[in-house]
Amino acid sequence: MKALAARRHDRRAPVVLLLLALLLTGGLYAVLAPTSAKAESSVASADDVKAGEKLFQANCATCHGPSAAGTASAPSLIGVGAAAVDFQVGTGRMPMQMNGPQAQVKPAQFDDEQISQLAAFVASLGAGPAIPTDDQVDPSKGDPATGMALFRTNCAMCHNAVGAGGALSRGKFAPNLWETSPRHLYEAMLTGPQSMPVFNDANITSEEKRDIIAFIDEQGNVSPGGLDLGSIGPVSEGLWAWVVGLGLLIGAAVWIGAKSS
Amino acid sequence: MSAHDNSHDLEVRDSNVVDRFEDPGHPDHQPRKGDTDPKANKKAERQVLFLFAVSVLGTIGFVVAYFALPPGDTAESMRTSNLALGGALAFALLGIGTGAIHWAKALMNDHEKSEERHLQRSDDETRAAAVEVLAEGTADSGISRRGALKGAVVSALALFPITIALPLIGNIGEDWNVGKLKHTIWKKGVRLSRDPNGRPIKASDVTIGSVFHVIPDNLEEHHETGDYMDQKAKAVVLLVRLDPRDLKADQSPAGETWSYDGIVAYSKICTHVGCPVALYEQQTHHLLCPCHQSTFDIADGARVVFGPAKRPLPQLPITVDDEGYLVAQSDFTQPVGPSFWERETK
Repeated sequence: MKALAARRHDRRAPVVLLLLALLLTGGLYAVLAPTSAKAESSVASADDVKAGEKLFQANCATCHGPSAAGTASAPSLIGVGAAAVDFQVGTGRMPMQMNGPQAQVKPAQFDDEQISQLAAFVASLGAGPAIPTDDQVDPSKGDPATGMALFRTNCAMCHNAVGAGGALSRGKFAPNLWETSPRHLYEAMLTGPQSMPVFNDANITSEEKRDIIAFIDEQGNVSPGGLDLGSIGPVSEGLWAWVVGLGLLIGAAVWIGAKSS
Repeated sequence: MSAHDNSHDLEVRDSNVVDRFEDPGHPDHQPRKGDTDPKANKKAERQVLFLFAVSVLGTIGFVVAYFALPPGDTAESMRTSNLALGGALAFALLGIGTGAIHWAKALMNDHEKSEERHLQRSDDETRAAAVEVLAEGTADSGISRRGALKGAVVSALALFPITIALPLIGNIGEDWNVGKLKHTIWKKGVRLSRDPNGRPIKASDVTIGSVFHVIPDNLEEHHETGDYMDQKAKAVVLLVRLDPRDLKADQSPAGETWSYDGIVAYSKICTHVGCPVALYEQQTHHLLCPCHQSTFDIADGARVVFGPAKRPLPQLPITVDDEGYLVAQSDFTQPVGPSFWERETK
């Protein structure tokens, strides 16, 4: 150790250290990097499609029809693509638990392998948007400032300026986006689930989608001002000011005016 | 108290009516605990001492927080800094306020005192003298005799308020040219481009169910003329592609030619009070205004299906140019946004 310490001022030391660091990073990446990108490309194997079809017939065909062409109660799934399946099933929205204004998020009913099999089957029915790669949805590679400008124009009217969500008509609502995984955010923009319109890559490019994900990634963690009261705007803030703030002021006035015992 | 008692009261009051109620005087003085018990007095003193000490500690805490917790660059550090500074400031000020009031209420004497008000009315002699001075002045000015002077002074006094009223009224609204409300910068051949980055839109980019937030391609020129925001505020458009089968047949007479293969473009400015209408529900083709929940049916000529808006959103007639880009056929054929006096209602 002493020998090492003596050489730490050597002018070759930074180079050696840099090389070591690079080697370590590369090695760690090779070991720990998610292999899903590879898995996605091999996803369309015939076995997966077959397994997916079995799952589909058992769990989805009741509403979407045995050929996935849709029925009176559910839309056709031909051409919706793997991305739509990964979003709807991966967030637990499908299979739908009960009829209602919109399908709600709940714990996913299938594991990742089953979801990818289902996605492979639906993708085999007709060309549609594919599941994005991890690189496409990495918030650290996006520019949150550009993302904010795009979010403000395209998303904020329904999802609230910081993505806290908001009400639509007849019991429908735009959900809060803070807990949604980057991949599901990307897939939602790409496929336009339920009430949400479609934002295809020609409208908001793949890089711009990543910018938006980077912006959402920055929201909902901490508010510089302290309590954000849910970030839902004048209702919660007004209630706080009128009930708690004015209540304290009235209490102080009563105390000042009361006689001391 | 029974009804009988009440009538008895009235009779008594009638028999000896008083002009004024007697001053009931102060209620009996109730000594406080601290007035009789020296221990309680000492306790109240300690409480006041404590409150002022809280204030001192708050101020010290503020100074410490100012140096120890700078706002920094992250949201976390800003929140910590704001919380510490605000919390310390609250203790510093509340300590002084509550301490001073508690001191006054618990330690200073609380004997009720009355101070007689002196009469407001001057005595008769002074009043007569004042009237005499006024009469003398009026006679001396000869205002009843000198008619021209009387007219002049009245005119001067009556006209002067114009100097106050004119700027107040003249500055309302700044611009009285209502013609500006009737036109936007859309015209024949202007490309539809994306808000905010200004990339033009090809018809093939717009898949069914897509929504594009659109600005006119010529908006860029208005960066130099300085009216960029004014022009953008009038010209913003929402572009939607529906399955052509979903578009209702019973559109406005010109509606058929105003869309392109299921692509329709409508003004984004609500006809109620001008909020940006942009909450589009893909499945119902309904477009909601976030301000007052006016709902427009995009599949049916932006007909109002709910809410306070009176008119459908104006439609922008669109088509495609040789390169496949979406372009406007003309400006809107009616003024966008809310009503104004000179607007012809259709």
